[in-house]
Amino acid sequence: MIAHAIFFYTFSIIAVVSAIMVTASKNTVHSVFFLILDFISISCLFIMIGAEFLGMIMLIVYVGAVAVLFLFVVMMLNVAQQKNQWFAGEQSSRHIPVGLIISTLIFFEIIIVIGGWKYKPEIFDINNSIAQISISNTHSLGQILYTDYIHVFQISGMILLVAMVGAIVLTFRQRSGVKRQSYIKQISRERAEGVEVLEVQSNKGVKIDD
Amino acid sequence: MEYLSIVFQEVYKILFLLVPVLVSVAMIVWLDRRVWAFVQKRQGPNVVGPFGLLQSLADALKYIFKEIIIPSSSNKVIFILAPIVTMTLALIAWAVIPFSATQVLADINVGILYLFAVSSLGVYGIIMGGWASNSKYPFLGAIRSAAQMVSYEVSIGVIIINVLLCVGSLNLNDIVIAQQNMWFVIPLFPMFVIFFISALAETNRPPFDLPEAEAELVAGYQTEYSGMMYAMFWLGEYANILLMCAMGAILFLGGWMSPIDVYPFTLVPGAIWLILKILLLFILFALVKAIVPRYRYDQLMRLGWKVFLPLSLIWVVLTASYLFYFNLLPVN
Repeated sequence: MIAHAIFFYTFSIIAVVSAIMVTASKNTVHSVFFLILDFISISCLFIMIGAEFLGMIMLIVYVGAVAVLFLFVVMMLNVAQQKNQWFAGEQSSRHIPVGLIISTLIFFEIIIVIGGWKYKPEIFDINNSIAQISISNTHSLGQILYTDYIHVFQISGMILLVAMVGAIVLTFRQRSGVKRQSYIKQISRERAEGVEVLEVQSNKGVKIDD
Repeated sequence: MEYLSIVFQEVYKILFLLVPVLVSVAMIVWLDRRVWAFVQKRQGPNVVGPFGLLQSLADALKYIFKEIIIPSSSNKVIFILAPIVTMTLALIAWAVIPFSATQVLADINVGILYLFAVSSLGVYGIIMGGWASNSKYPFLGAIRSAAQMVSYEVSIGVIIINVLLCVGSLNLNDIVIAQQNMWFVIPLFPMFVIFFISALAETNRPPFDLPEAEAELVAGYQTEYSGMMYAMFWLGEYANILLMCAMGAILFLGGWMSPIDVYPFTLVPGAIWLILKILLLFILFALVKAIVPRYRYDQLMRLGWKVFLPLSLIWVVLTASYLFYFNLLPVN
């Protein structure tokens, strides 16, 4: 039990400190690395409470894909300098009220959830709705998602698909005058159309590039 | 005191797993070079030790005694972390590989997800190394590899879904036992081929070694590394290759199961069968390196997104429909 507590506090301290460092570090790339550390320690916490499926999905989706794209964008755009201005410039005071409002909202939401958990435990009693403890975490998750919540699950999938298509459509632009590589054309090229053998007369040369 | 003894037992088990893995990584480097040489009618490394078996050890000694140069304009912490991350990630994945029904370090419920997660984290070592070097070639190599590895992970994930549909469990031992009657390579053969090619791309092996394409990028993300740090990248890369071979062996070739379920074959311990299967896949990896020219980058991306992803998705639908129609879905 003591070992459990030690691991719990280690992971949560790392999670909190790295979350603070995401906003506090001056280099944007460092921020993303701290974000990754945060994700990893949170997925460790998930695994510790027995939600191993969520923890692994967190690792695969957030650390393995989302954070890689973050890192990609941050490195490509070289936004390291902009972040300093964001903190030190006059602009920063304008963003404080908005940030405060959002963080108070999130705070109250958490209070509501925790309050409900504390005073109405039967709402959150997992053992009533979900099947027995004997089956594994992944099985019970699947049994709920694909039976009771199938429509919600499908709709959220559709929304994600629409969002993806929308993002592609918004950023897609057809540029003219770009030389495109067509692999079919490249593979199906024959010797006859690629090479031409000419009789070259002395002191005359041949005209190419017509 | 009791806690300490448990810890010591675990450490003993971990060492018993990791030391053979590291030794076999060194051997596999030698095997790779040997196979490569034989395909090209050369001898390969054959001087140090019998058949050149000790070549990798000699190389390692050379790397250890070389100076580690850290570029002055690099980001030092991340620069040093990058090879460590690559190496660690390549080694921790071995914790869930089952060598027989009981010989597994951590028999976790979501074993295959763990393997997939760790192999998808492997990209960080390369990105960190490329970015922290603060130099053009490593950066280009890192960007390339990030895009490449993320793309091919998608198709590997979908292929894993195919296998999981037939198994009904995420546990690696269950996956192996589900192949008792027929290895999944037979019903899912197209998926095995796609998995093999995606594994080549995921581990940056030729013909997909664009992150370190020496003709264009010097050595890609490793350009600024020297000495032991370079060797760690190298070891991590080969440990990753072995891991992908092990993954292929477990998903498609029946893991530690003997190929024929008759008396003399079942006597051989499971670990030997698994190692033989890993070796078979690795020799295929090495042969591909020797006989296939490097892909162009746009072709690589096209192959990942426009060929493999739709194919494996269609195969998921086919497998699911087949299992559903013939009422073969695994139910626990």
